[in-house]
Amino acid sequence: MSSTSQPPHSGWAEPRERLEVDDLNPGALAINVAGMQPTGPLRGFGQLWQKTYEVKLGRISPALVIDTWKANFEQFWPRGNHFYGPLRGITPGSVAVLNLAQVGHAPPLIATGVWVIYADEDSFSFLTPQGHMFAGMITFSAFEAEGETVARIQALIRAGDPLYEVSLRLGLGHAAEDSFWQTTLKNLAAHFQQPAQATSTRLCLDPRVQWREARNLWHNAAIRTGLYYLLAPFRAAARVIGQQHG
Amino acid sequence: MNAPTMDVEVRKLGKVGVIDLSGEITSAAESRLMQAFAAASEENMPHVLMNFSKLNFINSSGIGLLVTLLIRARRQQVRLLACNLSDHYRQIFELTRLNEAISIFATEEEALAAVDMTLA
Repeated sequence: MSSTSQPPHSGWAEPRERLEVDDLNPGALAINVAGMQPTGPLRGFGQLWQKTYEVKLGRISPALVIDTWKANFEQFWPRGNHFYGPLRGITPGSVAVLNLAQVGHAPPLIATGVWVIYADEDSFSFLTPQGHMFAGMITFSAFEAEGETVARIQALIRAGDPLYEVSLRLGLGHAAEDSFWQTTLKNLAAHFQQPAQATSTRLCLDPRVQWREARNLWHNAAIRTGLYYLLAPFRAAARVIGQQHG
Repeated sequence: MNAPTMDVEVRKLGKVGVIDLSGEITSAAESRLMQAFAAASEENMPHVLMNFSKLNFINSSGIGLLVTLLIRARRQQVRLLACNLSDHYRQIFELTRLNEAISIFATEEEALAAVDMTLA
């Protein structure tokens, strides 16, 4: 066995079988995360895509970019999407709740989450849980290239289940994903007062679907979020009955 | 992009192409890693063994490269194996589910013996 490896706690989270959620903003709709297993690009149903989005940020140091990005992660997202991170911030092992596609004060259409599996001064990475639109890993990094700092988002993802795969095949999922991250990079560039010209590339690494993962449909966060609202009156009634008999 | 800080050596041991990895696997290592895999798997080599004994560091972009490499190996019908992973790297493989797709062995000898049994 090798003894020349990086020490433990060098940016990586400890493995865990299921996710737990704690110390979140009370405004978060924290469903579809606790108890879910982390996925990864080798799980999931659909074709495997490598999607890369980049923006140039002049001479801002990469470390400052990453530090700022971690500290203000939600601020750079498109309006109507919320990232409820733990109070300790984006650190290895922490779990964040995502409330997506929220219009005004209406409830979010999808509640899901991410697990921070890696974070250092140059980059940080999330792994998605069961039920998320994508099974995979997404890495946010900053580095110097040709005398300029580049901020990069690289996703290695499969559609989580057949429904999400249909959305991708129809182009809707890709368009929404591309728009989301390009807007994020433009907002990041605007924060540093840099002109925003985000680029994107999409590469299909594995065109096959993984039929054994079709059962992921059971965890589909969009369906479960919808059911959560549908069942709200029954939960309220159960609470009242419980109080009367308590 | 930062300069690559990973070195590779490729050896052929019977039906196994061995890639000795040293240094750091980060996004800067992409071309070296892919070239090493191409060299290790040429001539329809059915197995490629990655030796991690001299690896100093891997970040999440490096894990992404290993996922990409694994997919490439599958498409070429090459079985990917790994050996000499420290406990820490084993944990990273477990965390990212790579351990479910890459056969992991404690030593190079164990990996080669397993391949011999497959070929027998």
